[in-house]
Amino acid sequence: MSTPDTHTTAALTGAALALGDDALVLSHRLGEWAGSAPVLEEEVALANIALDLLGQARVLLSLVGDEDELAYLREERSFRNVQLVEQPNGDFAHTIARQLYFSTYQRLLYGQLATGDGPFAGLAAKAVKEVAYHQDHAEHWTLRLGDGTPESHERMQQACDALWRYTGELFQPVEGLDVDHTAMETAWLESVTAVLGKATLTVPAGPRTGAWAAGAGRQGLHTEPFGRMIAEMQHLHRSHPGATW
Amino acid sequence: MTAVTAGTTGTTGAPSVSDAAVAATQAAYEAVFDAAVAADERIEPRDWMPEAYRASLVRQIAQHAHSEIIGMQPEANWITRAPSLRRKAILMAKVQDEAGHGLYLYSAAETLGTSRDELLDKLHSGRQKYSSIFNYPTLTWADVGAIGWLVDGAAITNQVPLCRCSYGPYARAMVRVCKEESFHQRQGYEALLALSNGTEAQHAMAQDAVDRWWWPSLMMFGPPDDESTHTAQAMAWKIKRHTNDELRQRFVDIAVPQAEALGLTLPDPDLRWNEERGHHDFGPIDWTEFWDVLKGNGPCNDQRIGKRRQAHEDGAWVREAAAAYAEKHTGKHGEAQA
Repeated sequence: MSTPDTHTTAALTGAALALGDDALVLSHRLGEWAGSAPVLEEEVALANIALDLLGQARVLLSLVGDEDELAYLREERSFRNVQLVEQPNGDFAHTIARQLYFSTYQRLLYGQLATGDGPFAGLAAKAVKEVAYHQDHAEHWTLRLGDGTPESHERMQQACDALWRYTGELFQPVEGLDVDHTAMETAWLESVTAVLGKATLTVPAGPRTGAWAAGAGRQGLHTEPFGRMIAEMQHLHRSHPGATW
Repeated sequence: MTAVTAGTTGTTGAPSVSDAAVAATQAAYEAVFDAAVAADERIEPRDWMPEAYRASLVRQIAQHAHSEIIGMQPEANWITRAPSLRRKAILMAKVQDEAGHGLYLYSAAETLGTSRDELLDKLHSGRQKYSSIFNYPTLTWADVGAIGWLVDGAAITNQVPLCRCSYGPYARAMVRVCKEESFHQRQGYEALLALSNGTEAQHAMAQDAVDRWWWPSLMMFGPPDDESTHTAQAMAWKIKRHTNDELRQRFVDIAVPQAEALGLTLPDPDLRWNEERGHHDFGPIDWTEFWDVLKGNGPCNDQRIGKRRQAHEDGAWVREAAAAYAEKHTGKHGEAQA
């Protein structure tokens, strides 16, 4: 990072942590699928996406400090990821809906960051290629499930509805991130609405922000399943203080 | 092999030919096949081959593919608990490679006239087997390192000669698989080395894992030569190039100095260098345990196959959706999705 005053440095650190935690947590959730995917091709695809995200997380967290200290020694209240990415995998439709919402956001975000000259431009230029693939994968599955059988249509609609309330938080401004959140939100809604329409699904009617979900994850306020997730993630590392692996 | 290309079998499509003529044709095909194998030529999918050769390859390749798929489970068991982000990335990449190996191998098996669905059915119903090693549990993080070093090491010892197997598609799949496996094995060894050189607790964890995985790894080479029902024929067909006991000995000779370099011991009081043979002698394998695990009574047999079946059943609606979508949209746009 450049040599601005301490206020700006803190803001950049906060932004790196927010984006890094998003990638770290979603990568972990996708890693839970290993060995349980509906077809072998999806074992490969989900692991591939998880690995891309973990790679992004490692770069971002390393901008802030030691990647392992940050991943394994912070408590729940110090994580800055949005609540969307910590949501449990649920069935394949829930995983795909979460992936659709998040990868569409990430592609817009990294698209903007890549064209700027900020501290994230280099990372974003690489990541935007990865997340374009993630978005493509999520969109194709949204189409197959939405426009597949009556059962898959129903499951996909339920998943889209259930996760809708967590999407408003994606567009809460993050200090240190030089992007136009309003423009991103408009583009996101357009993109997701088009895909859902093509998939014969209804755009969910519920609120996208609420008293609790809006900006909560970025402030370290998470949903209940998250604590259990990081307990599992951190257990071994915490059991051997100071060890190297 | 170029000499005979007669569809899948020598006798189809010739209903009016007399039995004697059929037998003569069959013998001619067999002679060409035998000559090709003797000359170390590759048999390809469209070549004529004895039905028993085809069946034997389907059995072996399917079992190999199933082992990759079931083998994801003991390692995936630690993905969410990997102790550093670097190790987590390595482990995720490895499990992903295993799914990829399963895919190559099912494709290789399909060139012999079977299908992935049919083979998965046989796995799920217990009619086809997978490697007995994956019926052991991964109880600590060090097990991930021990699997990389010992289990992948044994697999490579088995698979490198398969790169020269007489059946072309299998041999070519093995070339690709072996490259990736060697990489995994080095990473496993390195993970174990980090533990061995780490804290006292980490060293103990590494030693415990090696103690539990050593004998099951030796069992991966299969029963002793005098009890191996498939070996003689597989060697005559040049599917196999070495006997089980030869490969097991080769593995022990490679592993002993590696264990020394790791600073870990192998749990065998009879293990020692034999100057006369130029090999390591080692203690007797518990074949009762081996056959027990093979029959389904190992520590994790039910769990492994249960989880695989569950994943398949839970995924049924997804596969049906993909098929329904493809059907709708192939009709409309002439492009197959999924």
